[in-house]
Amino acid sequence: MSDLTDPTATADATDAKGKHTLEIKGLMVSVETEDGPKEILRGVDLTVNSGETHALMGPNGSGKSTLAYSVAGHPKYTVTGGTVTLDGEDVLAMSVDKRARAGLFLAMQYPVEVPGVSVSNFLRTAKTAIDGEAPKLRTWVKDVKAAMGNLRMDAAFAERNVNEGFSGGEKKRHEILQMQLLHPKIAILDETDSGLDVDALKVVSEGVNRVKSESDVGVLLITHYTRILRYIKPDFVHVFIEGKIVEEGGAELADRLEDEGYDRYATPASA
Amino acid sequence: MSLADTLVDAPVDGAHSHVDPQSASAAGFVPDASRAERTASFDLDAFPVPRGREEEWRFTPVRKLAGLFDIGDQLQPGHLLVQADLPPDVTTATITAAEAQALGILPPQDRAAAVAAAVDDALLLDIPAESEPDTPIRLRLEGTGETVHGHIVIRAGRHSRATVVLEHSGSARYTQLVSVVTGDSADLTVVSSQRWNDDAVHLAQHDALVGRDSTYKHVSVTLGGQVVRINANVRYAGPGGDATLLGVYFADAGQHLEHRSFIDHNTPHCKSRVTYKGALQGESARTVWVGDVLIRKEAEGTDTYELNRNLVLTDGARADSVPNLEIETGEIAGAGHASATGRFDDLQLFYLQSRGIPEDQAKRLVVRGFFADIIRHVPLADLRDEVTAAIEDELAATEYAAPTLNHSGTASKEN
Repeated sequence: MSDLTDPTATADATDAKGKHTLEIKGLMVSVETEDGPKEILRGVDLTVNSGETHALMGPNGSGKSTLAYSVAGHPKYTVTGGTVTLDGEDVLAMSVDKRARAGLFLAMQYPVEVPGVSVSNFLRTAKTAIDGEAPKLRTWVKDVKAAMGNLRMDAAFAERNVNEGFSGGEKKRHEILQMQLLHPKIAILDETDSGLDVDALKVVSEGVNRVKSESDVGVLLITHYTRILRYIKPDFVHVFIEGKIVEEGGAELADRLEDEGYDRYATPASA
Repeated sequence: MSLADTLVDAPVDGAHSHVDPQSASAAGFVPDASRAERTASFDLDAFPVPRGREEEWRFTPVRKLAGLFDIGDQLQPGHLLVQADLPPDVTTATITAAEAQALGILPPQDRAAAVAAAVDDALLLDIPAESEPDTPIRLRLEGTGETVHGHIVIRAGRHSRATVVLEHSGSARYTQLVSVVTGDSADLTVVSSQRWNDDAVHLAQHDALVGRDSTYKHVSVTLGGQVVRINANVRYAGPGGDATLLGVYFADAGQHLEHRSFIDHNTPHCKSRVTYKGALQGESARTVWVGDVLIRKEAEGTDTYELNRNLVLTDGARADSVPNLEIETGEIAGAGHASATGRFDDLQLFYLQSRGIPEDQAKRLVVRGFFADIIRHVPLADLRDEVTAAIEDELAATEYAAPTLNHSGTASKEN
């Protein structure tokens, strides 16, 4: 549907080269604390290809969000080792905005309020930046309206200031709305399910599945809970403990986590 | 009893906030015990020529104000070019200082205002009772390089509803008194836009005596001028008054832009809101905001809130922000103030950039958003657009201070 109205989207998704790859190798990241730098990521290896859905699961404090922010270029985190590439290009050498223009998208756990900037202005500005040209007004308005309708967002939403006074569910819908409109090659969804009631979770999951069905986006779904995996089926599941991946498998691994929790991965240090 | 500074919100970034009463007294300033004790008089001799050590002048570069504290040559007074757009109902007249005083205007609160109050060719703008002009009253005041003392009296009759826009441009050394008197249930908006040339000096006191059940809004837009100081003051003539003072300012290198306000809650059940927002860029760009609110013993049921926010865009700029709230009665509906001066919020920039928006554009969005809630109160679309465009122009010239966001990945790769 939107493929017909937005030729750039189709081109991106089914381009002759087609497949895109985010490759994280040996990534080590630390953060400044009062007691000096603290190592959070201890050598992460993870590859996400177009069309794949990866679930990265782990307990609180394991460093899942740090991984997401580090790939997006959050200034708080310092990369001390390893590489991140998108189709071979050095992501770590790119500014935050360049990473997004290269095709990375991060749906944030805590989206930031931007007072005085309306959602519609924000979306149009972002779309223009990502595409390198302003979207055609008529199709753009239609696309935004359709995407908002799918996510059960009221039209008045577009005139509100970005994330200002949004409920938890509204913030997450707004993140997925952006994912749908910006057509990333690889999307990282950082705890998009946290704080959502089951109805909101379904709407958001439907939104993600819609983007997946309409494009060839690769998804890295970061979550603490298995609940969202009932709605978004992962191809791969990675268990993340203390800054690295300790086990990998298919969707069945998530079922096991559901039954057993993370306890069996606990090391003496964290127990 | 003074409760000054007890309700200040924590600054976003204390490093650029310069509220320090200790250093002020150490330098020999003598702060008022209460704003109520400040001199207010039509008698010029009641105000000594300021030397810069007085509480109300301590932030102002008084050395640059020569000639503005004396009446000067009364035979050859300077003038601004005045062009007026008047709706049919509204009339103007020239009145003497004595006639102006007889209209019940508020007395000057500093020497510059007393100088302006003494002129015998004050401009009276008369909005008749029950008049609701469809178009705004616009006064274009253009400086031609002269030293000018001017007094504008705006009388808004009962049940009238109108907007007055004062548009200042050109070059002048100008002391100005604007005296507003509103009748019962009037609704008056006064916009004062300062788009002066770089060499202009403008010392102004804009007073309003707000009538019973009246609504008064004053909007300052200060972008141009070398030294601009606008004191916007409110007093209430009866209960039910509602006053809103708004301001946006953008200071570049070499500019001193100062806004002061004094809301004198002298009457029960009145409301006031004071919101000023400023941005600064460039070496020696300087802004001052001093917001005084006095809730007198008799002003029960008062509802007041004042807020000042400053965005420091580059190194070398300085913003002072001083809220003062004095409360003499416990029977109030609400009273608060907030002041914060800081740099860009890194998280906002990260969020915008993570959507592909380049850093400079992200900063422009944030600044535009920062001012948006005030600019939307500017009543005319063309003026709103003009102000927005002027701020965009200012931003286009910005070379931002120490970017903290860009290329963090590159920097970290060195390890």
